[in-house]
Amino acid sequence: MLKNRIIPCLDVKNGRVVKGINFVDLKDAGDPVEQAKIYSDGGADEICFLDITASNENRDTIYDVVERTSKKCFVPLTVGGGVRSIEDINKLLNCGADKVSINTAAVENPKVVLESSKKFGSQCIVVAIDAKKNGDKWEIFTHGGRNNSGLDALEYVKKMEDNGAGELLVTSMDRDGTQIGYDVELMNNIASKVNIPLIASGGVGNLDHLVDGIKLGNASAVLAASIFHYGKHSVKEAKEYLDSKGIPVRI
Amino acid sequence: MKVTIVDYNSGNISSVINSFKEVAKDKVSIEVTADLNKIKSSDKLVLPGQGSFKSCVDALNKINGLTETLSEFAINNKKPLLGICVGLQMFADIGYEETETKGLGWISGKVSKIDNQNGKYKLPHIGWNQINIVKQSKIFENIENNSHMYFVHSYEFIPEDKNVISATTDYSSNIVCSVEKENIFGTQFHPEKSDKMGLKVIENFINI
Repeated sequence: MLKNRIIPCLDVKNGRVVKGINFVDLKDAGDPVEQAKIYSDGGADEICFLDITASNENRDTIYDVVERTSKKCFVPLTVGGGVRSIEDINKLLNCGADKVSINTAAVENPKVVLESSKKFGSQCIVVAIDAKKNGDKWEIFTHGGRNNSGLDALEYVKKMEDNGAGELLVTSMDRDGTQIGYDVELMNNIASKVNIPLIASGGVGNLDHLVDGIKLGNASAVLAASIFHYGKHSVKEAKEYLDSKGIPVRI
Repeated sequence: MKVTIVDYNSGNISSVINSFKEVAKDKVSIEVTADLNKIKSSDKLVLPGQGSFKSCVDALNKINGLTETLSEFAINNKKPLLGICVGLQMFADIGYEETETKGLGWISGKVSKIDNQNGKYKLPHIGWNQINIVKQSKIFENIENNSHMYFVHSYEFIPEDKNVISATTDYSSNIVCSVEKENIFGTQFHPEKSDKMGLKVIENFINI
């Protein structure tokens, strides 16, 4: 039976972890590689890096991080943030990323998804969306949530599936950072619209939220950042909790 | 001993390279190349494959003499070869992804799209699934039945001779996820991404 996945996400800026696990025995708490290794040793089903480096001159730092991580972690590694072109995707994959998530570029130029999934295979193309509720629909925002594209999320994801996206990473902007739980209505609406797996993101504050994301949101995988930081919960605890709620997980 | 990962521009093979190097340490040399002479002089071959069946077959055929060299290695000389994902699928006679495409024909059978039962099952089949070992295989030495492996694919290999199947996984139906035919081995899952159990599969292959 296919298991639901738990994916810890690390925000990386200029090659350093912005928020991360605060363990005393960490040699270098800011090193994304060490943190990723802790997660993969703890049973994370995948690792996700979100590169939030703002300046162009430091953009290359992520490549070194990915390269070092892929030599230490033998679970899938997804990298997103600032991915603009086929060339960016190619570089990340060559450094050892298994999947690349594309957000703003997919909205501005949907051909990037079409071309990259043809060139590299759908298995490594994740389309990430930031969606915000407006009336009775959800709209897609770009540039880290700053610009409203006006696009209807449900229509957009269908188009991305047709363009060859292998997975969708869906973040609710209304919930992101609130710790009050995923927008399961958004997740469920999208999951029932497409045939590709959905990764839920944004709003996790406790382990029940992960359960809700899967049971109510119909997500194939749940992504979380802050609950795994500062040792609030380990990935292992999260998996045992999901297991106790009857959700199939890899233990 | 020299293990060669066949680099025929089949997409992203960094993870395959990293995992084999991790397992091999300094004991075994891991070469990554499409050089025909280097392939011939190898003890074992790894045939990765990402993307579509057609794109992988096309990429193999683009390198002059490569398919012949691989066949000589695996079929005539009977030296161990491990196909991963589409690398395994290409053992078949024929594949139906994108368009009907001829495979290597090493193990009779076809590669068809997984039946998603009218949308009941998401495709691609992505994530960790358990393997059901149906035949003891050299690559499953010390691997427990029902171990988790990482999958990502939408197509499945359906061999004619069911005796080649060494493991299946349950997704919509019993999908073939590992084969062994004499010296030819294949996994539909990605051992290079399957954590400790995956690395064990790689170690077993290296130790054959």
